Amino acid sequence: MAVQAGRGGLIETNRVIGRGQTSQGIDDVVNTPVLSDVKRTPLWWWIGFGISLSLLGVYLISVVVLITTGTGVWGNNQPVAWGMPIINFVWWIGIGHAGTLISAALLLFRQPWRTSINRFAEAMTIFAVVVAGLYPILHLGRPWLFYWLLPYPNTYGLFPQFRSPLDWDLFAISTYASVSVLFWFIGLIPDLATLRDRTDNRFQRILYATLALGWNGSAKAWQRYQRAYLLLAALSFPLVLSVHSTIAMDFAVSQVPGWNNTIMPPYFVAGAVFAGFAMVLILAIPLRKALHLEQLITKRHLDNAAKLMLATGLIVVYGYAVELFDAWYSGVEFEKYMAYNRVLGADHWWAFWLLIAANGVAIQPLWFRSVRQSPLALFIISIIVSIGMWLERFVIVAVTLTKDFLLSSWGDYVSTFWDWSLYIGSFGLFGTLFFLFIRLLPSIATTEMKELAHHDAHHGSDSFEEARERYYGEEARA
Amino acid sequence: MLDVPPMSDHQDPKNLSIEEIRARLEGSKGQEYWRGLDELANTDEFQTFMQKEFPRQAAPLEASLERRDFLKLLGASLALAGLSACARPPLPNEKIVPYVQAPEEIVPGRPLHFATAITEGGYAEGLIAESHQGRPTKVDGNPDHPGSLGATTATTQATVLTLYDPERSQAILNNGSVSSWGDFAGSLDLGDGSRAAILTETVTSPTTKRQLDELLAANPGLAWHQYDPLHSDSTVLGARAAFGRDVTVVPNFENADVVVSIDADFTGEGPGRLAHAKAFSRRRRVRSAEDDMNRLWMAETTPSPTGALADHRFALAPHDLAGLTAALAGRLGAAAADAPLPAGVDPTAFDAMVDDLRSHNGRSLVVAGAHQPAEVHALVHAINDTLGNFGRTVTVHEPVEAQPESHDASLRALVARMNDGELDTLVIVGANPVHTAPAELDFAAAMQNVSTTVHMGLYVDETAQAASWHIPQTHHLETWSDARAFNGAVTIMQPLIQPFYGGHSEHELLNVLAGGDPLTSGHDLVRSTWQARVDGDFEAFWRRAVYQGVVEGSESATLDVTPSVGRIDVPQAADDALQLVVRPDPSIRDGRWANNGWLQELPKPFTKLTWDNAALISAATAERLGLRNEDRVELSSNGRTVTAPVWVLPGQADDVITLHAGFGRSAAGHVGQDVGVNAYTLATAHQTAVGVQAVKSSGRHRLASTQLHNALEGTGERRYIVRHGTLQELKDEPEHPHFVHPVEHIKADLTDDWVYNSYAWGMTIDMSVCTGCNACVTACQSENNIPIVGKDQVLVGREMHWIRVDNYYAGNMDDPEFYHMPMACQHCEKAPCEPVCPVGATVHDHEGLNVMVYNRCVGTRYCSNNCPYKVRQFNFLQYAELDSNATELSLANNPDVTVRSRGVMEKCTYCTQKISRARIQANNEDRRIQDGEVVTACQSACPMEAITFGDTNDPNSRVTATKQSVLNYAVLEELNTFPRTSYLAHVKNPHPALHDGGSYGSEA
Repeated sequence: MAVQAGRGGLIETNRVIGRGQTSQGIDDVVNTPVLSDVKRTPLWWWIGFGISLSLLGVYLISVVVLITTGTGVWGNNQPVAWGMPIINFVWWIGIGHAGTLISAALLLFRQPWRTSINRFAEAMTIFAVVVAGLYPILHLGRPWLFYWLLPYPNTYGLFPQFRSPLDWDLFAISTYASVSVLFWFIGLIPDLATLRDRTDNRFQRILYATLALGWNGSAKAWQRYQRAYLLLAALSFPLVLSVHSTIAMDFAVSQVPGWNNTIMPPYFVAGAVFAGFAMVLILAIPLRKALHLEQLITKRHLDNAAKLMLATGLIVVYGYAVELFDAWYSGVEFEKYMAYNRVLGADHWWAFWLLIAANGVAIQPLWFRSVRQSPLALFIISIIVSIGMWLERFVIVAVTLTKDFLLSSWGDYVSTFWDWSLYIGSFGLFGTLFFLFIRLLPSIATTEMKELAHHDAHHGSDSFEEARERYYGEEARA
Repeated sequence: MLDVPPMSDHQDPKNLSIEEIRARLEGSKGQEYWRGLDELANTDEFQTFMQKEFPRQAAPLEASLERRDFLKLLGASLALAGLSACARPPLPNEKIVPYVQAPEEIVPGRPLHFATAITEGGYAEGLIAESHQGRPTKVDGNPDHPGSLGATTATTQATVLTLYDPERSQAILNNGSVSSWGDFAGSLDLGDGSRAAILTETVTSPTTKRQLDELLAANPGLAWHQYDPLHSDSTVLGARAAFGRDVTVVPNFENADVVVSIDADFTGEGPGRLAHAKAFSRRRRVRSAEDDMNRLWMAETTPSPTGALADHRFALAPHDLAGLTAALAGRLGAAAADAPLPAGVDPTAFDAMVDDLRSHNGRSLVVAGAHQPAEVHALVHAINDTLGNFGRTVTVHEPVEAQPESHDASLRALVARMNDGELDTLVIVGANPVHTAPAELDFAAAMQNVSTTVHMGLYVDETAQAASWHIPQTHHLETWSDARAFNGAVTIMQPLIQPFYGGHSEHELLNVLAGGDPLTSGHDLVRSTWQARVDGDFEAFWRRAVYQGVVEGSESATLDVTPSVGRIDVPQAADDALQLVVRPDPSIRDGRWANNGWLQELPKPFTKLTWDNAALISAATAERLGLRNEDRVELSSNGRTVTAPVWVLPGQADDVITLHAGFGRSAAGHVGQDVGVNAYTLATAHQTAVGVQAVKSSGRHRLASTQLHNALEGTGERRYIVRHGTLQELKDEPEHPHFVHPVEHIKADLTDDWVYNSYAWGMTIDMSVCTGCNACVTACQSENNIPIVGKDQVLVGREMHWIRVDNYYAGNMDDPEFYHMPMACQHCEKAPCEPVCPVGATVHDHEGLNVMVYNRCVGTRYCSNNCPYKVRQFNFLQYAELDSNATELSLANNPDVTVRSRGVMEKCTYCTQKISRARIQANNEDRRIQDGEVVTACQSACPMEAITFGDTNDPNSRVTATKQSVLNYAVLEELNTFPRTSYLAHVKNPHPALHDGGSYGSEA
């Protein structure tokens, strides 16, 4: 085994791949557990999957109650017509951003450190988009009519109303979902072929052979594959910017004080990447431990993700500042009051200050390398950031709506049991999909890792890596 | 339906034969009996019998009667009219029979309108009821009726719902068991009358009066008592004191330049309120600087809709109101009174008021409220006399009431006799004294001393439960009767529908008491009253009177009398630190409409409370007692205690608690049951005030207010939502009054305006005359099938009213100015809701309306977020009764308006169904829709004529004229939404000596 693991601790590295990794070793570490017998599935997987499945049950019950009873089971009201479902939608779709950014953008920018985390980050993206995408449908007063937002020929002679940002949303999310799935699947093909070739289980062979689409590993196949992958990366990269921009339009296009703001799109994108990297870290830190991937997902990866988190977090904080400045600079009494109400309003001031604490203050330790190198610290900060980003959406969606133009229509927002059960249950949907993914598919792109290992072994380490290691010290004990 | 024990004389109901049923129903005939015997009909045998004998008619006995079934039934019953004696075997394949010959006048889809009336406190307000294929769905005011002049109150509008209330009493009960009209008629024996008494509410009906007179003549010992919580004893006693005889004094606001009101909410309470509202509003309407307006000085304890319009307002405790009246009388030399000016009245303001009255001799008017003591009323008559107002702004008439008297005294005399065991029989007609009588009388206990107690009422209420007999009373839309308006004009009330749940009118009951044939119909009884009175062609008179809804020339004769008032000592300040004032609820009145969901959910003026009453206190008193909103406070008086939730009401007099009556019902039906607390426990309906002790109680009680109670809270900067100024400011800047447009509005749009070639509908709302009385809200609810949602849903802000009356305060907490702003969909020309809907469910139509396509709506609710006025209402749950969960209440629905399902957004449509009907009519006649042809529900109901609606393309329409007023402005116009509903800025007319500068815009 290539990984030097033991009860006494393991050797951590700051290289993008641990020293002395071989194709065989990568296969052993990544593919063998996937192909292992059901009986050998580790206990932690069963526990995690069981919890996720239970939460999925909560989700399904919440959906059934919602559809049989009506939107009124939630806390939505007049004036807060959008509440937790939209908050959660924006939150999940934000999480779904890091995946594509890592796979597409970093691929195009030729960042080799993306390789080991792109697979599960993409999976995370897809599952987050699945969870997020269900929210706007469930959120409808009559969810069974959601297809009326689609432009399909019908006997009514009716089409969607394309001026509505909600319709843009629909196209943005469905495009993003399909491109992400395609990108993820194409990336998976050589790995699926490896699994097909390595298994001696009939069922697995049929499954993986079907999915591998007859991959034969010929040079031609590789050449076309590489080309297609790059093209798809180029296709999906703009989506990283466009999807959350479009979702920001839901708010920016309206004339609600606090929503009608041109900074919304870039600020939402930064927020999404911020939240996405937080979620990548939340998933990666336990995953590398559980699957013994410390040599493949190294501290270098954690460090880089943390740096991106810090950068996007600072953009987000800048966004908060600009929002407040805009409110004051606009001179519009409604905007000014909105800002006041967010920051000092009697009902929800705590949400604003908590989100500042979470998104602005809690990320500051990331300036320090020791923090970025500490999986535990990163894990905690990432969870705080995730909560902070949820609070940000809470402030933007719910708190803003409570007090708009006419004093007479001011209201309050109180979420209900079913709001929370649907939210907590959505982790079940996400978790179930994610646990199935790590059990059934290689959670690390083994072909790319093998390329990296090969490069590492045969072409020597490049000088930059050498210098870097000298500077930081050869190895660090976890 | 009630759970009815099996009939005692039929131990085994299975053996109940048709003959036995017939025996039980002896004395009844035709369709009459089964309607009154629903409970009997609940036995299996009777159901079978009914199904066999009357397969169609049996249908409505089922709880879930659908509209379609009802129409089928109606068609069948019309077709089969006269055949009901023939037994028809049940058809295996139930077919209904279409009209062979269509009944005259009935055109499917087109409603018929009938004139009738409703009474409140005995006084009639004329109605035009709309009937769709025999089903009354809506009432409007009768423009020909002096007590209505076309307007209605919120309560009146809602009474349509009560007609269909499945919890209305549906069977004659004898000690809780179902009985029959025949049995009742047979069992009743007044003897010589000396051990019997009749208790009625206020009687103005000539027929009731005739019947009572005949009954009293036939049974000389019989006593007739009256008790009506909505009656003003002090008005009667005050007039008697001033004039030495019973008279009805009628104020005329049309001629009054200066009005001083001593706690009189004359536009909202008491006889003639709608007429007074109209007359008063005509004198307050300002369109340009050339117009003049009257001035209202208001002294009141608790803010009233009329008080909201006051130019100067004094918030005074009840004894201070009396003191103020005495001081005013003394200063004017009207009466020998030397009362000092109460502390709460600014002497400068008082001087200005006196000066104002003096300088308007014969053109001023002083009025006293129904709850003021008789002394205040007498003083007010003296003041009016001194000011030379009699014959000009006040007229005196023969009394309208059949027997003007103190109801309080009348009831006390009755209870004394009951407790002394002097009575064997007590017949209570319409009243619910067990709930409304003074608590110390313990009417329920007193009833136990009378062997036979008969109660007639709409519901099996508290009194019915204590009575040995209960007779279901017919609703006013099912009754032949007559009643008089505030000026004596008589309306002959006609029914629009056969008694829906059976029942009898009070005339039928009195006829039975007099030993008449129990089968004599109310129709015949009312006719016979008038046959005796009319000379000449009776049929022509009858037809005309019933058709018009008012009997010509029936007004009370004017009397040429003047008051003579000697020395009057007004009640002195009570020792109590805290006083309680009990007033009828603005919506459910004395509790008689407690089971009406529309009224329970109607946000009360000022507090915007629904589904509760609350102890209303001023901010200073709350501070003194350490109370906050929704705290519970224990109020005790004379050993009786009530624990009520607290609501701080700006403008309430200090150290006075107002508690609305009508709540805390123990037998109201499941809508009104145990809602709120019973104010009658502490004070009677006819008391001005009682001393109470208030102790903060533990716990909190959530109150469902539809408006956050922080409208006084600072909002950082002024929002020019309500724009208000003074008449003087308008005259100073006649072209462009600054208070109407305090901020510059830059009209900007990228596209050209759409040109409307046909009609362009628009609305204006004159805030100067809006009292916030809620008539528009219920009218809209009735017209547009707006469901109620219940307290829990109101608490989370999901009430469905399409029009709401926003309430704003300005100034300080203790002496605020009130502004009411009716707010419905503004039908913005550049509507923010339209572009954000992804399915195009809300669009603009070719006549400028912003229309909602319910079928297309998927419920994203984005439109609501983007609506700056927040006038869109979403069906978060299945609020409306649809086929699957429909009760009889759904029969009150307007068939011209879709009933909305859950998940769908809805909002004001400018009554598009009314526009469509007018358009069809106009197209058929090849002409344009005339101005005034489309009257929206809110506009029609408004007693103050604050709402104008019409075609803004028509240069001569009234709405065009109002839109051209310099006072016209659009709310949030700076958002460039270009609303089609605009507002006329609120103009007040303060006394020049007291006016302290400008008041541009509202803090709100």
